[in-house]
This record gives sequence, structure tokens and C-alpha cells, in this order.
Amino acid sequence: MSEIKRLEHLFSQGKISRRAFMARASALGLVAAAPSLIGDSAFAATPKKGGTLRLGIGHGSTTDTLDPATYENLYMQMVAGSVHNKLTVVTNAGDLAPELAESWEPTPDAQQWRFNLRKGVEFHNGKSLEAADVIASFNHHRGEESQSAAKPIVDPIEDIKADGKNTVVFTLKGGNADFPYIVSDYHLAILPSRDGKADATSGIGAGSYTLESYEPGVRTAVKRAPNYWNEEVAHVDGAELLVIVDVTARTNALTTGEIDAMDRVDLKTAHLLERNQDVELVETSGNAHYTFAMRTDMAPFDNNDVRLALKYALDREALLDTILLGHGYLGNDFPIGKASRYYAEEIPQREYDPDKAKFHLKQAGMSSLKVDLSAADAAFAGAVDAAVLYKEHAAKAGIDINVVREPNDGYWSNVWLKKPWCAVYWGGRPTEDWMFSTAYAAGAPWNDSFWEHERFNKLLTDARAELDEAKRREMYVEMQTIVRDEGGVVVPLFNNYVMALSTNVGHEQMGNNWSMDGFRAIERWWLKS
Amino acid sequence: MRPIFTIVAQRLALGLLVLFAVSLIIFLGVELLPGDLAEEILGQAATPETVAAMRKELGLDLPPYIRYFEWLGGMVQGDFGTSLASQREISELIGVRLGNTLFLAGLAAAIAVPVAVTLGVLAALYRNSLYDRAVNIFTLTSISFPEFFIAYILILFLSVNAGWFPSLSNVTVETPLWERIYRCMLPALTLTLVVTAHMMRMTRASIINLLSSPYIEMANLKGLKRSHIIVRHALPNAWAPIVNVIVINLAYLIVGVVVVEVVFVYPGLGQLIVDSVQKRDLPVVQACSLIFAATYILLNLTADILSIVTNPRLLHPR
Repeated sequence: MSEIKRLEHLFSQGKISRRAFMARASALGLVAAAPSLIGDSAFAATPKKGGTLRLGIGHGSTTDTLDPATYENLYMQMVAGSVHNKLTVVTNAGDLAPELAESWEPTPDAQQWRFNLRKGVEFHNGKSLEAADVIASFNHHRGEESQSAAKPIVDPIEDIKADGKNTVVFTLKGGNADFPYIVSDYHLAILPSRDGKADATSGIGAGSYTLESYEPGVRTAVKRAPNYWNEEVAHVDGAELLVIVDVTARTNALTTGEIDAMDRVDLKTAHLLERNQDVELVETSGNAHYTFAMRTDMAPFDNNDVRLALKYALDREALLDTILLGHGYLGNDFPIGKASRYYAEEIPQREYDPDKAKFHLKQAGMSSLKVDLSAADAAFAGAVDAAVLYKEHAAKAGIDINVVREPNDGYWSNVWLKKPWCAVYWGGRPTEDWMFSTAYAAGAPWNDSFWEHERFNKLLTDARAELDEAKRREMYVEMQTIVRDEGGVVVPLFNNYVMALSTNVGHEQMGNNWSMDGFRAIERWWLKS
Repeated sequence: MRPIFTIVAQRLALGLLVLFAVSLIIFLGVELLPGDLAEEILGQAATPETVAAMRKELGLDLPPYIRYFEWLGGMVQGDFGTSLASQREISELIGVRLGNTLFLAGLAAAIAVPVAVTLGVLAALYRNSLYDRAVNIFTLTSISFPEFFIAYILILFLSVNAGWFPSLSNVTVETPLWERIYRCMLPALTLTLVVTAHMMRMTRASIINLLSSPYIEMANLKGLKRSHIIVRHALPNAWAPIVNVIVINLAYLIVGVVVVEVVFVYPGLGQLIVDSVQKRDLPVVQACSLIFAATYILLNLTADILSIVTNPRLLHPR
């Protein structure tokens, strides 16, 4: 019996808990397959039309706006996931699929991309989709004046041109084989345009649902768009998204039937919620991860032996059990997760090894080390606890970590990218190149370890323009190895997205690129009755 | 009646001064917090260029005193301005939420005030009896717990177990009145439990205080019924302190219920001000604070007037 079959057997016999099953299955790298083993009949069922799906989302604020340039929390990402379409979409299986673009092809150097738009698509206001809309939607994020969070993503675009009404040609500053993935980003919603300006504020999109009412920080109602092009999605007639920031309130709402599904289950009570017959706990392992970023431009972190010593001085298993209560998987000091195509599973997992830590410390010419680690729960839930655990683990290797508790307010502006060593959260990026260029490339504004590695940076540029899959994989694996062994970031954990659904909600395999079925819960899920 | 008008006019003028001071303190306070709106809005996604562009557009690059006086100028002309974060009119942003907050406060007060006064009067009537002790213990226990705990307990019993009331109070503008009352019942009950003790104890104490005065003794000697003495003779003289406590609690119901709002996901002002402080959305914070300050000033004024009106000695001073 293969290992997974054996696990499956034990699990179905009730001999191991679901959590143990998940933990062991993910050790085998099988988490993507696990939901289908654990799930119920939902996977076999065919979607049913009708009903209103009510979602309780643990984010959202009065200060949210409908402008895609400002999306930053799950709530707006969910609203946008139903109201807007992008040129491409990442499917629930993790593949790239056409959305508003029907097909695309690059030039051999991957520097110019032609996107052929889907014909007959209408925006919610009845306007037909044209190349001009796509251009205006991208230009909304471009330019000197842009305040868009997507500005760094669209910066590599040199020029956008229409070729007829239904083709858009993107010319990039350098080759990028991942470009079709990049245009699936949630900021890059395709908006209707007038006179070359995108209409970003009215909430009109080309998605499967139209915006019915929108009250920031409170509630949003959407209903199915009558003329949506894809009949395979959008099963429910409408959906209601409630902002329920308090996790207990969210859980209560679910158990009393006020909502049908919620995100961000309280991990401490997840096992109790699981006992509820009417609730299904769903977990996906994505790319979101926690890091401790060291500034490699400052002593003592400019010495790779010091960094390695610190990487060996952390008991990740203990952290996974304590901070995430098992709802995640171990990080291997590179930021690429299981939802990525070139995730390097074959690189051996870094283990807790105080002796090796001591060895590297000695290599660095030190007998002991005293460093400050800045943390706040604004970085990620449990960051301060994680830092304290780290301190305990590192003490055994003769390293004295002084945990500095920073204020939550202004953490990202005053601590991150400023303090020599601090806790950081990354939502992950859909592609390896995106993640690396955002936070590991030399000179990138968010390179929070201020790390510069010649070989890595060369590989990064080369791999970006490489269209050969096998070669690309090889390059990305090498880059992950370099980051793991020479980078300035400790990546202890990847956190799972843990959601709870009423058993009345039907769904297929869930996308793990983002939380809530890759932000597409509203159009992918259905109600059984 | 002249002194009353003088008092009201004086108080209103003082109130305006207080409002001005409050606005200044709030402005400086938020200004002192680390980070500004541009950084908070962009969050982890902030790059120096986007932050600079956003600051310029919102006028955050101007010195603080210019921004303050510009805002004050608009305010004097009745223009609340627009939210920096969402670009929406603040009056529109606050309008619905203020209505919701007042509705919840009103509902809670409509339950809490009669209950508290009745319980207090009865407690004074049956002083040191088993009933008195029980009421005291119950109300003091409920005030001693944090609000969210009471809220969770009520949700557990009345919503999860019994299923009588919904655990979410998600009302919208279109929600009809009865539905609205039904949906707001649990938060209103929570608030009732929180504020009752204070009012009840004050009612009880101020009545008991009067019971030793000569005129009550006289009434006793005349052979009046005890309940009659308390309701007809003691209570009218006890109103002043009771009204003051009631009003303080009403003000609390309006300005201090953010925790209850969060637990029941009720779209009131509290949540708005928390969001706005987090995002350093100064105009909204200012507007909310002024509303809160004005609430306190007006309610305290009402309390003073009421205690004067109910007391002839204060009404016709010699």
C-alpha cells in the first residue's frame, strides 16, 4: 500500500485525526490532493442554480473604495472577484485559463504579447468590450501620478497598443514568460472606458455578478449578470458579503445560519467547529507565508554564516504546532509555496539543529550572538509569540534574541524595511518571478532583506524570458536553493487558508492561489437547497 | 424663567468652546500618531512614489495648521468635507450610521431606563430584603463583566441555543421598523445589562437618602402607605441625581458602544471612527469626535435643565 493510501485508510477508519492526516499528507506533498480525499459528496455533485450566498468576511473597512487601484483586503478582493473579470484567470486547479482574453501569444523573446479579446462580451452597463477598455484599465495603474498598489506590476509594461478592436499588444521593457499570469492579478480588473479614461469608481465591470448595493465596511450585495459570457460559472442568483471582523461574531453567524460561509476560522477553536455537523471546514495550502527578514546590509546580518546560524536555530515544527496549530506547512527559507508551479519540493527541509547553528556562528568568528527581533501582531497573528518561541529555540544555540514588541499601528511604515530584523507577512504571489522580483531582486523597493546576489539576479532575469518549461524549472529550483542557503530571510511557515462552510454550500476542488477559492467563491460555489 | 435661559445660553457658549478645544486636541492627537493616511491606505503596498503621489493629491503635504484651519473654515460653514480615504461626503457617510447609533441607543434606553428606575424604586422600598440583595448582585455582576462577554453569553443562550434572536444585527436603510427592533434586540439587551446597574443604584441610593428626612418621617407618621411615600413624596425630590446618571448613561449608549457594534456587526458610528483612526482619515475622525462631544454637551445641558425644572428651589432662586 502506498503511503497516501495507507493514510487514507487510517483516516477513513478514524484511526488518525483529520489534522494528523493533513499533516502527514502534506509531508508527502499531497495537500493539493487531500481535499478530494477528505471532502464529502460535494465533489461529485453537479452545481445547482439559484439562491443567495451569504458570506462573512473577516476584513473590510469603511475606508474601502471600489477603485481596483486601492484593493488591499480580502473583502474588496472578493467583491472584485465577482464584479470584475481580468484578461486571464487562475483556475481552481491552479492552471491559467482565458477570461476576457480568448487567447494570447508572445514573440519568441517574450517581450511582446498579443492578447485576443473575447468577442461579444458586455459590461454591466451594456457597453461592449473593446481593446480601448483594456488599454484604459491598464493605464489606470500606470504613469508617474499613479497611486495604484499595482504600479510595480505594470511598470515593466513599455507600451500598450490596440490592433483593431479586439486585439491588444503589450510591449514589455524586458521579456517575461509569466506575463499572462500577471494580468490575472486582482488589481488589473478590466473596466469600461470613456474617451480613454477607465471608469474605476462606479463599480461597473464585466464580471459574472453586478453590483447591487455597496456600503463600505458593512455589506455588499451582488446579483448575477444576465449577459455574462460564461455559463459554467455563477450558480447562485446573488450574494451578500458582510464585513464581520470579529472572529467570534463570524463563527456565531455561521453556526446560527446567518451566513453560509466564512473565511479565517479561529484556529484555536477550529477543532470544536469541526464537530458541528452542519459545518464543513475547508483548508487550502497556498503561497501565503510568514518571514523574519534580516537586513543583509547591516551587521551582523551581512555575514551569511550568521544568517545560517539563525536559520538553523529555529524549531519550525514547534512553531507550526503552536502558532498555526498545524494549519499550515513548514517553510524552507524560500518564499515559494505549494500553489506555485516550480515549488522545489526536492530541496531537503531545513531542520532545527542547534549544533549546526553553533558551527556557523563559529565560522562567523563568534562565540555568542545578541540580536534584536522586531515583531507585532500587525505582521501576522501570533508574530510576537513566534518571536518569543524563536528566542527560546535560539538560546540553545548560544544565540540571544531580544524580542522587541513594536506597535501595530504604523508597523509597515516604521518597522518593516527599517529595523534590522523583523517579522513579515507575505500573501504570496501567483508566480515565482513575481515573488522574487518583488522581494528578493536587487534594488526592488520591497527587498526587505536588502539582499543582492549576482547569480540569483542573473537567473531571475534569464528565467523571466525563458519560454522552455524544463529549463525554467531548473532555473527556479536553483534560485530557491540560493535563497534558502544564502538569502537574508527566514521563512519558517506557510499558513493555510482555513475557511468554514455550511454543509449546504457545494463546491468543487478549491483554488489555493488565494483564500476563498482564489477570491472566486461567489461564482464557483452553489447552494444545495 | 429668566435664569434658565441665561444658564442655557451660558452653557451653549461654553459648549462651543469645548467643541473647539476637542477638535484641536483630536487633530493634534491623530497628527502625533505614527504614519499618515497615505501610508495606512497603501499598507504593505506602499512605495515612496505612490505615497508621495497620494499625499500630494490629498493635500497631506501641506503643514498641519493650514489643514486644520481649512477644515475649521469648512466646518463653520456647515461643510463636513469629504473623507480622505474613500472620497465620499462625510455627511453622507455619517448620516446613516448616526441614525443607526441613535436607534440602538434609543432602543436600549427605552428598555434600560424604565427597568432601572423601577428596580431602583423597588429596591429602596424593600431595602435590605432578599429582593434588594438579588437585584444588586445581578446588576452589579452584569456591569462587572466586559461588554463583549455579556454579548457572547446572550448570543450563546438566546441565539445559538434558543434561536430566538439573530446573532447578527445587520440592518440596512430599507429594514422595516419591526424587523429592525427584532434584529437589534440582542445588542440592546447587552447594553441594558451594562447600564442598568448604575442607574438602578443611583435611584435606590438617592431615595434611601431622602427617607431619613423629616418630611418623610411626617408622611410616615400620617400613616401613608410606604409605596405611596416613595413614589409620590421621595421620588420627585430624588430626580436630580437620577436624571444626571441617566443622561450620562445615555451619552455612553451613543458614544461608547463600539465593542457591542463589533460583536453584533452593527453599522454604527463606533466602527466608523475606529476604521477612520486606523487609516488616519482625519476629517472623519474630527466629525465623529465633534458629534460625540456635542452629544455629551447637549445631554449634560439637558440633565441640568431637567434637574432645575424638577426642583422648585432651583427654578425660583431667591
